[in-house]
Amino acid sequence: MSTTPARTVRTGRIQAASAQRTGSMPKRHYGTHIFLLVMAVMWLIPLGWSLYTALRPVASTNEHGYFSFAGDFNFDNFVQAWTQGGFATYFWNSVIITVPAVLLTLFLASLMAFAVSRVSWKFNVTLLIMFTAGNLLPPQVLAAPLFEMAKHFEVPYSFSDSGNMLNTYIIVIAVNTAFQMGFCTFVLSNYMKALSADLTEAALVDGAGIWRQYREIIMPLCRPAFAALGTLQVIFIYNDYFWPLIFIQSGNRLPITTAINNLQGEFLSNYNLLAAGAVITVIPTLVIYLLLQRQFVAGLTLGSSKG
Amino acid sequence: MSSTAQELIPPEAQEPGGGRIGRTRGGRVRRLTGRDKVVLSLMVGIPTLIELALVWLPTLMSIGLSFTRWNGLDLADIRPAGTENYQYITQDYPPFWPAVQHNFMWLLFLALIATPLGLLLAVLLDQNIRGSKIYQSIFFAPVMLSLALIGIIWQLFYQRDNGLLNFILGTAGTPQAVDWFGDSSVNIWAAMIAATWRHAGYVMLLYLAGLKGVDPSLREAASIDGANAYQTFFRVVFPAMRPINIVIVVITIIESLRAFDVVYVINRGTNGLEMLSALVIQNLVGEGQVIGVGSALAVVLLVISLVPIVFYLSRTFGKENRA
Repeated sequence: MSTTPARTVRTGRIQAASAQRTGSMPKRHYGTHIFLLVMAVMWLIPLGWSLYTALRPVASTNEHGYFSFAGDFNFDNFVQAWTQGGFATYFWNSVIITVPAVLLTLFLASLMAFAVSRVSWKFNVTLLIMFTAGNLLPPQVLAAPLFEMAKHFEVPYSFSDSGNMLNTYIIVIAVNTAFQMGFCTFVLSNYMKALSADLTEAALVDGAGIWRQYREIIMPLCRPAFAALGTLQVIFIYNDYFWPLIFIQSGNRLPITTAINNLQGEFLSNYNLLAAGAVITVIPTLVIYLLLQRQFVAGLTLGSSKG
Repeated sequence: MSSTAQELIPPEAQEPGGGRIGRTRGGRVRRLTGRDKVVLSLMVGIPTLIELALVWLPTLMSIGLSFTRWNGLDLADIRPAGTENYQYITQDYPPFWPAVQHNFMWLLFLALIATPLGLLLAVLLDQNIRGSKIYQSIFFAPVMLSLALIGIIWQLFYQRDNGLLNFILGTAGTPQAVDWFGDSSVNIWAAMIAATWRHAGYVMLLYLAGLKGVDPSLREAASIDGANAYQTFFRVVFPAMRPINIVIVVITIIESLRAFDVVYVINRGTNGLEMLSALVIQNLVGEGQVIGVGSALAVVLLVISLVPIVFYLSRTFGKENRA
């Protein structure tokens, strides 16, 4: 009770201070708004320019030049990229790689995270360090040996037309999974550590084994973490340019992110088509971002919140 | 860095009230049935095996191969070469030192321009200004794009004759027009600006989360003590975001070492855009396939990357053990 007056005084001073801040706000915000507006416009220019170029048929730009508002606007470049440019195939290839890789990554990471966070074992931290460090390595460090491993891993021709693991989706999925698993294990183990120990204690009293504790208690509670990580991983693996570049040799098996670079060579003079290809490649990530923005942002910050 | 012995202590035992948990955990370990032990060893074993086989074994093989001469064809042709590859890359391989310099420039550019810009955007957007959400979405948009795609999008912007930049500068179609990605005297700067476009948005996002996590009473206390906005930020708020700051430092260093996609899309990392990561791949896929030389370059990249990795891990896991 005796602290009440003091607290009132303090609150009063805070109010005075914040009132002072509010007083000076309009002036400061004026400059802030101009700065943000300029930056935002600059930020949008590259994307906007790609979209604008993509919407104009090459005939219009040939006639009027790239820097004009004259001529037609239509979706012909998109249609052409999708059908003749092979984007339908590339997009499907991306799906074939991304979906299994994300599911496998989350599944394996959840097993590992459960074991290192919910069961006491002296190698837990060592294992976790190994997984986290693996994800931080530059992929180029492992590229040469992985390429040679895939090349010298012989399989029947009925399984792969190269006679080894090169040019298969499996090696791309496997390496993406191995590489992303470290990050997901790190995030999920932090998440699981924060869950109360009593949860599994109670299950233990009821005679639940390790698998039931994992499957029926911990997994359902990790849904928010899975949503965030899943969204993030879909975008990461869809955006992966490097591993297909190393492992996939036939052009028609490339996923969209790696294939678009070939388009640059093929349609050297047709920037409209290249722009349409770029915009098509952006669309899936844009859709995911708009639908699952909260999950995506949560996923990106999950990894850093426990620094 | 904490000692290895400390790292091996499970974090649970160090938690507040660890005594109780430690005891029950100990009890539980004894209560593990045979079936539980099998399940657990599979849970740990399968991911660990994959991680070892596809991440750590290749890393060790890179180190091993860097001391050999091999064309990548027959395994029987691998010949020991001592430190020849390292002598070659540092003395006789022309793109090596430019690549080291470019990686370093990339790091400085991200650290001195992209990261502070991201921080500035976060601080401005953290105030409750109108349209904050829309601004955030705009600045964040490039973070969703792959760096390869960013290379293509900026190529459209930077082109000599039909690019928007030269049109804005009024040089499009004239002999003075600069080919921003092709001219070896400017293309590294053009590429770093494209990379900034993405990096600043990422940093902004992380700092926005960090700023929300700062206890508001800290700011109030600072303003009561008469600190102005700058003092409050640099002396109170910024130091309070220490965990995020560490993550940002690590991300910035690692991104600059990983810089690959943008330069590889532009010209495979040649002609002014040499980067260590691109040189590794040039030696792997190029004619001749000089695996030993590529591996030596990979080891140089690895050794440099270990600095931020070890720093980050000792911060993260060291703190966990001390807590």
